[in-house]
Amino acid sequence: MHSNAFNRYREKESFLHRLDPRVKVAATVAFIVSNALLPDGAWFAFAFAWAFLLACNLLSRLGASYTFKRSIIALPFALIAITVLFSVPGNPLAVFHFLNSTFAITDAGLLRFASILVRSWLSVQMAILLVAVTRFPDLVHALEHLRVPAILTTIIAFLYRYLFVLTDEVLRLLRARESRSAAAPGSRSGGGVAWRAKVAGNLAGQLFLRSYERSDRIHNAMLARGYAGRLYTLNPHEMRSKDYYAAAFALAFVFLTQLIGRF
Amino acid sequence: MPVTHIANQFAMPDCGGDILIVNDLHFSYPDGQPALNGVSLKLCEGDKVALMGPNGAGKSTLMLHLNGILSGRGEVEIAGKRLTRDNLPLIRSMVGLVFQNPDDQLFSPTVFEDVAFGPLHMGLPEAEVRARVDAALEAVRMSSYRDRLSHHLSVGEKKRIAIATVLSMRPILLALDEPSAGLDPRARRTLINLLRDLPIAMLVSTHDMKLAQELFPRAVVMDEGRVVADGLTADILDDEALLTAHGLEKP
Repeated sequence: MHSNAFNRYREKESFLHRLDPRVKVAATVAFIVSNALLPDGAWFAFAFAWAFLLACNLLSRLGASYTFKRSIIALPFALIAITVLFSVPGNPLAVFHFLNSTFAITDAGLLRFASILVRSWLSVQMAILLVAVTRFPDLVHALEHLRVPAILTTIIAFLYRYLFVLTDEVLRLLRARESRSAAAPGSRSGGGVAWRAKVAGNLAGQLFLRSYERSDRIHNAMLARGYAGRLYTLNPHEMRSKDYYAAAFALAFVFLTQLIGRF
Repeated sequence: MPVTHIANQFAMPDCGGDILIVNDLHFSYPDGQPALNGVSLKLCEGDKVALMGPNGAGKSTLMLHLNGILSGRGEVEIAGKRLTRDNLPLIRSMVGLVFQNPDDQLFSPTVFEDVAFGPLHMGLPEAEVRARVDAALEAVRMSSYRDRLSHHLSVGEKKRIAIATVLSMRPILLALDEPSAGLDPRARRTLINLLRDLPIAMLVSTHDMKLAQELFPRAVVMDEGRVVADGLTADILDDEALLTAHGLEKP
């Protein structure tokens, strides 16, 4: 039983795949921060950023629409921003009456909402591209090199390693429940809602206990091999001139986007 | 039926214990459950020993004492060095402990990082670490798996990588907890050949009597936290009364 649902890496031979992971991580973060810093309604700058994203898509040889198709899944989260439609002061465009209160959609609110949507949509796509062209261990190495605190990179590395193990564990628990969810002849299978909820709660409790005990065993395995509170890793990455050029180009692009957005 | 502990009638020629000496080891788990009730054991250079006994006999608990993950009352000596708090790191590089579940043993994203974990934490220089990783993977015949992700491996592959993760520390004693559990016949056969070829003293806990018979000249039987027999595997596996009394079976 294997769950590969979390493996987003797409094996391909391309410029972006070969690029040093540090450059990719730094450029992605710069791109996302740049999007966040752009003023509302800077459409030219957004279009410019989008063009950069498309270019990256093409460079990765995954196809121009690779990240677009996968970005839709993140859009519902952007709907959290829907409150800004009503909360930003400006000229009202439409007025609703609801439960004795009046809500007005303002033009400034609409502008901000659309901008937030575009910003998050662009940012999510770049992040999707990053994990599609970088192997996960390389991502963690890159974070280590970029001086992200060891405790965070360690947690991320462990999370990734055991996500698969835990999902398999969940699948096994669910399967065990399924195979015993039987029905006597002539009666309906399963009990009441409360009973089912209790079973689900027990499953969650089981999973927590198993994970907790597993963490104990993993800690023992680490101690047995000399772990004393500090993690050491060897990183085979080396920046080549190509990587420096790519980093410089990405930074220049971000700078240019900001210029376009502000003037 | 209470288990009676007969005196050990399988005595082997006395060995000085130049690899391992365990003397009168007692241990109880925090919940008060006694796990070891005075275990004594000696291992010498080149000894390959099967550790047998029913579930709950204290086999795994004993293993966890060999490199100080648990510490009970009594003495543990590795290669003449008494296990204390101060020399714990040294002892841990000398005792390669492999856990039963390889998913607990392989905690790094890639095979390379897992095998390099021990040597790196011993403070070895990078070139030496790389050389040791290559040698350890070569020893378990998994060199081509160097850059693979651990969670994509089969159980048999994980087991062999788990052994490589301690071989890279160049231990003088291998302690394996049920290495053949859950393996299909082919993976089991590969593991047997691998263990036979490794020129290191080993203490292997197992329920696999055939494995013990084939691989280990000496066997130690534990029950209720005590060593109840220690001698030639052939003799012990011949003694049906002893095996039955301790929940074991003739192969």
